[in-house]
Amino acid sequence: MISIRLNGNEEQFPDDATLAEVVQHITSATQGIAVAVDEHVIRRTDWASTALHSGAQVDVLTAVQGG
Amino acid sequence: MIGERQFNSRLIMGTGGAPSLEILRNALIASGTEMTTVAMRRVSADTHGSIFDLLKELKIDVLPNTAGCYTAGEAILTAQLAREALETSWIKLEVISNEETLLPDGLETVRAAEKLALDGFTVLAYTNDDPALGKRLQDVGCAAVMPLGAPIGSGLGIRNPHNIELMRSLLTVPMLLDAGIGTASDAALAMELGCDGVLLASAVTRAADPVGMAHAMRLAVESGLLAHNAGRIPKRWRAHASSPQSGLIGTDARESPEF
Repeated sequence: MISIRLNGNEEQFPDDATLAEVVQHITSATQGIAVAVDEHVIRRTDWASTALHSGAQVDVLTAVQGG
Repeated sequence: MIGERQFNSRLIMGTGGAPSLEILRNALIASGTEMTTVAMRRVSADTHGSIFDLLKELKIDVLPNTAGCYTAGEAILTAQLAREALETSWIKLEVISNEETLLPDGLETVRAAEKLALDGFTVLAYTNDDPALGKRLQDVGCAAVMPLGAPIGSGLGIRNPHNIELMRSLLTVPMLLDAGIGTASDAALAMELGCDGVLLASAVTRAADPVGMAHAMRLAVESGLLAHNAGRIPKRWRAHASSPQSGLIGTDARESPEF
C-alpha cells in the first residue's frame, strides 16, 4: 500500500493505484474538477496513466460560490 | 469589451455570500450579469456540482478567482486548476496581503499577472486604487484592471474617488471597480467616475433582500453610465438660477432684480 495525502487527508491506496482511481475515491464527477499532484496540474486525459508515489499530495478542486 | 469579448451588461456579480442557491439564482437573473465569479476549493460532498450546474443553466459565464491566495505561486496554480476544471482561460487574479484587511499585495499581483498573461490567460486583476500600480498591471498584459473602492465586503463605498478617476484616465484597458460597493449609489458613482464596469458580490448577496438589491445594482450601473456619458454640470460654490430672473411680480419693470 502507498500513502497519499488526498485533499489534506492521509489515505491508503494499492501500490499500483493510478491518479484516476484516487480521484474517483473522492468524487464521481469528471467534469468541473481539476487535479494537482504535488502542486502540478495533471490534465484530465493523463489521470489514467499517472502513477503515484507514496507520500504524493493530491488535490482535487472544484468551483464553489465566492468572490 | 474585455479581451476578445463584448458584454452587454457592465455588472459582474460575484456568487460569494449568498444565503441559498435559490436566492443566488434569482439575484443573478435580477442583476442581468453575463459573467460571475466563483472560487476554487477542494471537492467535498456538499460543494460539488451545485454552482457549476446553476451557471450552466442560466448561461452565465464563469470567472474563476484566486481568492485566498497570498503568493504569486499559489495564484498561478489556482488559475491553472481553474482553467482545467472550468475550461476557461479567464481569471480574476486576486493576491491578498493579509486576512484581516484582504487588501491586495501589489508586488505579488504584478508577478502573477505577468506569468499568467504570458501563459495565455485573460487576466482581470484586482488591485489597490493606485494609478501607478494599475499601469504596471496593464503593462504586463492584464486584460482589465480592477481597483478596489474599499476593502472586500466592507461596503464602505469608494473611499478615494479622485484616485479612481485619475486611474481611469491613465489606463487604456478596461477598468472595473471591484470591492467595497455597499449600495446602489456606490455603483452609480463608480460608473460616473468613468469605470467601464462594476464587480460586486456581498452588497447583493448579504443584503436583506438580495434579489431587490441585484435589481437596484443593475439600474445603478446603467444609470451611472448614462450620467457619465451625458456629462455632469460643473460644481459651483453658489447658486445658479434656473428660472428667469426678470419679470418677477412686485419688481419695477425697468429694473432687473439684483442678486
